[in-house]
Amino acid sequence: MSGAAPDPREEMLEHLPALRAFALSLTRNGATADDMVQDTVVKAWTNIEKFKVGTNMRAWLFTILRNTYYSSRRKANREVSDADGIMTDSLSVKPDHDGHLNLSDFKKAFEMLPDEQREALVLVGAAGHSYEDAAQICGVAVGTIKSRANRGRARLTELLSLDGDSPLEITDNATMAVVAGGGGVMR
Amino acid sequence: MTDPDNEVDKRISALIDDNLKRVYSDLVQEELPDRFKDLLAVLKAQDAEKNEASGGGQ
Repeated sequence: MSGAAPDPREEMLEHLPALRAFALSLTRNGATADDMVQDTVVKAWTNIEKFKVGTNMRAWLFTILRNTYYSSRRKANREVSDADGIMTDSLSVKPDHDGHLNLSDFKKAFEMLPDEQREALVLVGAAGHSYEDAAQICGVAVGTIKSRANRGRARLTELLSLDGDSPLEITDNATMAVVAGGGGVMR
Repeated sequence: MTDPDNEVDKRISALIDDNLKRVYSDLVQEELPDRFKDLLAVLKAQDAEKNEASGGGQ
């Protein structure tokens, strides 16, 4: 009888904003990201029996999405660089040395990182997954995720010319409020 | 080049993670396009149809 146990698919909608954010950071392209979220939803919906009830649905959806992404990237590895035009700007972004680290500079630098480093940084640095969860989502060892995240941070440090003299505080109060209230990002 | 024992590097890592969180939470707060709610509704309707065809339909 259907309807006896709660259908885990009912939970899917609430994870979609996070799933889409992950897709956007992975693809750097709005249209591609939305297509990937769509594919992921269909795959997850039709394979729901493979989801273990009681486990982390968000992590499961992220896994499907990244598998979708990497298999399409393999098919089309010639057009990897079709991000929304941001890659073309400049090779090196530097913060205003009189001012603060500018968020759009940060985004530019972030988008220059290789997929694997971006992914590791988003999962553990931004989305609040543990290294263990991130490793499971990516199907690699915990140490691999750590080293990808560290290499990504090192590369950002380099691209943004961050050093001991860099202004290290965030001054944008509106954004800080969003971050502080961003509990929904965490699972 | 990132030495975890180094204070400066720790501050830089924290700055990077703060910025990552800002970028990501901006993305999460974006309004979800209607197509996804529509898609879920379509999938649900298809299942209901299937169930009806395969058995219970009276």
